[in-house]
Amino acid sequence: MTKNIMIVGVGGQGTLLASRILGNTVAGEGYDVKLSEVHGMSQRGGSVVTYVKYGDEVYSPIIGQGEADIILAFEILEAYRAMPYLKKDGVMIANSQKIDPMPVITGAMKYPEDIEKKISSKINLVEVDALSLAEKAGNIKSVNVVLIGVMAKNTDIPYEKWIETIKKTVPEKFLDANLKAFDYGYNI
Amino acid sequence: MKKIMLGNAAVARGAYEAGVTVVASYPGTPSTEITENIVKYDEIYAEWSPNEKVAGEVAIGASIGGARAMSCMKHVGLNVMADPVFTASYTGVSGGLVFCVADDPGMHSSQNEQDSRHYAKAAKLLMLEPSDSKECKEFTKLAFKISEDFDTPVILRLSTRVSHSQGLVEENERENYELKDYQKNSAKYVMMPGNAIKRHVVVEERTKKEIEFAETTDLNNIEINSDKIGVITSGISYMYAKEALGNRVSYLKLGMVYPLPEKLLKDFCEKHEKVYVIEELDPFIEEHCKAIGLDVIGKEKFTMLGEYTPALIKKAIFNEEPDEFATIDEQIPARPPVMCAGCPHRATFYVLKKLGLVVSGDIGCYTLGAAAPLSSVDSTICMGASVSAALGMAKARGNEFNKKLVSVIGDSTFIHSGITGLIDIVYNKGNNTVIILDNSITGMTGHQDNPTTGYTIRKEPTKQVDLVLLAKAVGIERVVVADPFDLKNFEKVVKEETEADEPSVIIAQRPCALLKTVKYTGHCKIGSECRNCKMCMKLGCPAISVKDGGVIIDETQCNGCGLCINVCPFGAIHKED
Repeated sequence: MTKNIMIVGVGGQGTLLASRILGNTVAGEGYDVKLSEVHGMSQRGGSVVTYVKYGDEVYSPIIGQGEADIILAFEILEAYRAMPYLKKDGVMIANSQKIDPMPVITGAMKYPEDIEKKISSKINLVEVDALSLAEKAGNIKSVNVVLIGVMAKNTDIPYEKWIETIKKTVPEKFLDANLKAFDYGYNI
Repeated sequence: MKKIMLGNAAVARGAYEAGVTVVASYPGTPSTEITENIVKYDEIYAEWSPNEKVAGEVAIGASIGGARAMSCMKHVGLNVMADPVFTASYTGVSGGLVFCVADDPGMHSSQNEQDSRHYAKAAKLLMLEPSDSKECKEFTKLAFKISEDFDTPVILRLSTRVSHSQGLVEENERENYELKDYQKNSAKYVMMPGNAIKRHVVVEERTKKEIEFAETTDLNNIEINSDKIGVITSGISYMYAKEALGNRVSYLKLGMVYPLPEKLLKDFCEKHEKVYVIEELDPFIEEHCKAIGLDVIGKEKFTMLGEYTPALIKKAIFNEEPDEFATIDEQIPARPPVMCAGCPHRATFYVLKKLGLVVSGDIGCYTLGAAAPLSSVDSTICMGASVSAALGMAKARGNEFNKKLVSVIGDSTFIHSGITGLIDIVYNKGNNTVIILDNSITGMTGHQDNPTTGYTIRKEPTKQVDLVLLAKAVGIERVVVADPFDLKNFEKVVKEETEADEPSVIIAQRPCALLKTVKYTGHCKIGSECRNCKMCMKLGCPAISVKDGGVIIDETQCNGCGLCINVCPFGAIHKED
């Protein structure tokens, strides 16, 4: 059985690092794993989507509508946009942060209201104020690791394995804050 | 131990293991990371070339010189490189020679959706197509051997989903490849008519042998699961089909997409009641099947547009819908890519829009100057076209129109193919104004060095092309260097140069805000002097937005570049630490 995880956010939020931590952790567990990410123009502050799939044998690297077991969203509008991809019994973990997209900035459209309510009326939503937790951990940029922590709790992979990968992936000087950030997320 | 690896990194690994010693490329999404990963291997000479044609010729030369060599590019890069490619097909190789070309179905980061398989047929070059990272490494390695066995350059065709997906790859030792002896062989390598006529015969004979190879090679793989439905597919489409259809159908997976086999396809079709061809973009395999008289179903059921998905394939073949999912019941704002906070191009386009100029645009981050609210760029065709197309517009519409017309082109793109257009302007008496957006790096593809940065791909200092001297050397007498963030002066310069009755070059100089050497500090804040005129909103900075009727600056996004301070007519924006 393949487990499908989607990571969505805004270009520049650190979604790629999150997918790498996730990918390396599941690969270390002996699963077949495939990741798909988008580089180039789509990174420039646009919507960013990464797929991570693992299981006995993974073929397609992408995830379709109604297929994701977990969606990890770094921004709440992006969570809303990704909602159709979640499986009926899946779980969405979403950072409550809001970042205005250009059509909102130019006034052409409004940022949708009460997104959290709209999502949770349809699917299983875990909302996290990852920005505050990252600040508390000592590095505002560790939002991605807070969210990885919340997600880790929703997988079968043991706590220590995640810590091992973070130690391998994150640069030494940011390690303390990131380990704290992971714990804040994991123990939410 | 298996490692998780990007498709592009796996191609680099394959080249390394095959004993490659020369790689020359021009960056282009989704191919860039191949060459960036090559740099990790000290045994390989790597370069960013000025453009794909040069890159291809460096690789061809290295092959004639007896080394295994490679050149990597995006699909449109192959258009630039096509000239040497068609003739290298005639000369063949000494050391194995591989051209990697990455198509971009869905146009994640491209100006068109061309299917590069047509090049294999047109240039009569053997083409392989891997479907995941594991095959990226294996096929690349094999491509060098095939290249030498058949005396031909080989094209490795990738696509965005293969290049930018990661999968498990097993690493092996590097082959100890000995440089082949150099022997003068003008009959093979001097392509003048007398020699080329004979080489064409060789090419046609070679293709016949390659077809025989296609009938038997393990690259083309059959998996029989059913006598009802068979699927002929290749590349990423195989992975989608396999996930969508599982063991309910049989597969003929083509790892070699040119030349295509005949007998293998006929045998497969005979064994199944119905056969589908599943391939993204053009009906390349399908047309071959139909040409040899096979009754296959292809584009009647499948689109020529964009990327496929397993769901699309399931629907087309079994008419099955995906599981139920939650829907969004309102229109939500899209999040298109934008120029970063602090981007130097923002200032340039702000001025060009203010002056109401027609802007002939080019390929790079600054293509985003076409998007609202700057909405400045009028046309974008391909690398370099900003310069030459503007000359054409001016010749068509006359001098008065030309005074309201500028070209904008990045530093790397100018070197790639803007310089030839500039020479055209001088030679053919154009009066155009060309603005070179010199941000000290190749931006869009993720910060690659180029001939104007003063560093090689390995970050070794080298001679730096001086854009001022270069423009002057081709005959431009009016060359002005100006900082676009000094809005007042920049506007004055643009006005003067467009009004002049001779050609001019403005070098808009300010480095990319994402470069480590750029250190803006603090962030900007709106003060009580604000009269809500919203001039700053015209910049389209992602950090500035309207909340509850008033303008605010998001501290987490602002990098303190200060451009908005220059725009504010009331001095209401201040810098804070």
